[in-house]
Amino acid sequence: MIALQILIDGFAVSALYGLGAVGFTLIFGVSGVLNLAHGGIMLVAALLGWWIAADHGAGPYGGAAFGVLMGLVASYVTYFVVVRPIQRSRAIPKVEEEIFILTGTLLWGIMIQVGMDYIFSNNPVTMQPLIPGVVNLFGVRTPWNELMIAAVCWTTIGLLWLLVNRTRIGKQLMAAAINPRGLTLLGFEMSRIYLIVWSIYGVLAGLAGVLLASFFGISSDNVGNLTASAFTIVILGGLGSVPGSLIAAYVVGYAETITAYLVAPTLRPIPALLILVVVLYLRPQGLLGRR
Amino acid sequence: MTSHLRRALSCALAAAGALGLYAAAPARAADPEPIKIGVISEQSAIVGQAILQGAQLAAEDINAKGGVNGRKIEIVSYDDHSSASDAVRAYQRAVQQDHVSAVVATFISEVALAIEPWAARLHMPTITPAAASDLISKQVHDKYDQYKYMFEGWFPSPILARATCDASGDLFVKDLHMKTAAIVSEDADWTKPLDDGTAVCLPKVGLTVVDHVRFNPDTTDFTPIYNSIEAKHPNVIITGIAHVGVQPTVQWHDQQVPIPLGGISAQATNLTFWKDTNGAANGVVTQTGTVPGLAITPLTLPVADAFQKRFGHFPAFDGFTAYDAVRAFAGAIARAKSTDPDKMVAEMEKTDMEGTLGHVAFYGRQDQFTHALKYGPGFVTPVVMQWQDGKQVCVWPSDKCPAKMIFPSFVKVQQAANQ
Repeated sequence: MIALQILIDGFAVSALYGLGAVGFTLIFGVSGVLNLAHGGIMLVAALLGWWIAADHGAGPYGGAAFGVLMGLVASYVTYFVVVRPIQRSRAIPKVEEEIFILTGTLLWGIMIQVGMDYIFSNNPVTMQPLIPGVVNLFGVRTPWNELMIAAVCWTTIGLLWLLVNRTRIGKQLMAAAINPRGLTLLGFEMSRIYLIVWSIYGVLAGLAGVLLASFFGISSDNVGNLTASAFTIVILGGLGSVPGSLIAAYVVGYAETITAYLVAPTLRPIPALLILVVVLYLRPQGLLGRR
Repeated sequence: MTSHLRRALSCALAAAGALGLYAAAPARAADPEPIKIGVISEQSAIVGQAILQGAQLAAEDINAKGGVNGRKIEIVSYDDHSSASDAVRAYQRAVQQDHVSAVVATFISEVALAIEPWAARLHMPTITPAAASDLISKQVHDKYDQYKYMFEGWFPSPILARATCDASGDLFVKDLHMKTAAIVSEDADWTKPLDDGTAVCLPKVGLTVVDHVRFNPDTTDFTPIYNSIEAKHPNVIITGIAHVGVQPTVQWHDQQVPIPLGGISAQATNLTFWKDTNGAANGVVTQTGTVPGLAITPLTLPVADAFQKRFGHFPAFDGFTAYDAVRAFAGAIARAKSTDPDKMVAEMEKTDMEGTLGHVAFYGRQDQFTHALKYGPGFVTPVVMQWQDGKQVCVWPSDKCPAKMIFPSFVKVQQAANQ
């Protein structure tokens, strides 16, 4: 009975982690940016989605849609205001660019956290479940919402796979990840590619934030944890590898769920960190890492 | 140095010395300078904001009536960001730079305990309007001469436990014929004595404790916790939560855990809790100071209305206790006719004041919970409320609150209660 509970609970949690991590790794893979404002973008999507749903009666679907839109906007702001100026700055030497972007996005993430804290307070908010009620799944009482979240995550990931592998744009994204200079030599506009990838990222992060808010709830206090969690999963899976992140998300998600159920809920964050240490020691490029 | 210069220098030094002596002279009652009261709280938490707002409202009301000893009360506020070290720095600044005469600080026990030794060192009358760790009053009791400056404006956890058991005996055992309970608390300073208390007194009112869970306040996924509790089949879950609230409540509702929630859920006492949980709070039972519309004293409703008008919402319970705290200080200063700390403390001990939640007085040196708010008939007693269809409804004690509890359909309680 408990095994089934762990299986179901872990599946939904891992799917959610996976969605967030995929966006994070995509941004790194294609544009080389370690976006430490990741948690902040998820927060913006979740809080603004909740605000529209609760204060303006948009309901759960309207709120979710608005939240995803806000995730997109936040992603654009991060790119155009923080990342791109650093990438284009002549004052920063190329070798130090990544550190500057890292620091820039970290600071930007903190600014988002404090700003949202000021506007909304650090009280956690939850989005109304998109499908209320529970269903009895093999004897385990499971909220419909949890199943729906897993379904949405996997559908999105599936759509992303289709985009990357079956469309021309997707192939350009992958090419940019492998060899940006080569791509430029072939006459492709990198700025358009970056715009596309940040758009995809915004939707993914926004969706992850909104779903997280409807599953667990979210508050400005969670920003650091969300970024750290995505970071851990992505390192485990291999920076830049989307399938790697998905596998890692499930490893981490299940490790956490098993710990929470069988050991103690308080020790939930520990397994991810232990796994990270082991991976960095034994296979630092991650499970399926490329760079 | 020439003698000219030497004479000028010694003149200047004498003048400076005189000025220094003058500046260091204690404030006289006839001095029109305002009396500053520092307020240190967590501005990003609703329960923390309520402290500042309650204090501000009290200051405005007192000043409207002419102030204290002819002087106005001025509130100086500091945001401690829920951090004990920030709070201590703010406290030092308040006392040493901003020269406050009293401090109202925090609802978090960890922060209050960090400030308490500084109240002792700096001889600054201080009150916490909501922190509940029993260590706060224990230190005052054990080391009275040093720690007497510290007061508590709400109850220490052992008393909260007593009130929880009294209410549970009536609500859950007498009315609903329950037999078993699970104690579920966040792992924080204020819940250790709370749980020690409820573990002992719940069996005495007829509830066997079948499970006791203490979870990390950073927990976001409560599913495993609810799962393991359900497996032990308690009739009611007695909560001790303040740092969390929205998430466990929403998950309780979304997962349709068939066990009612009772005990203490500090965040559920906020009026915004219904909206924050999208209505998942329906059916949640918690101890609180008062609910909208309930006149515990002649002051309760006017202050609640003034708060609503000024800040746009009904106050969290520590908005009321902070209001009373400022008035208690003002009363003490008025009777002492001075802001001398020792005189203020002596007068604070004699506080005998109509507050917003009951009659305010503090335990004395000989009592167990020295300088904490006095509990019991004739003083202040918490009430128990339940969220019903978007409203906070008082359900206990039955003489003040005749309404009955109503639970959502997924919660299993004896049929008799659902009428």
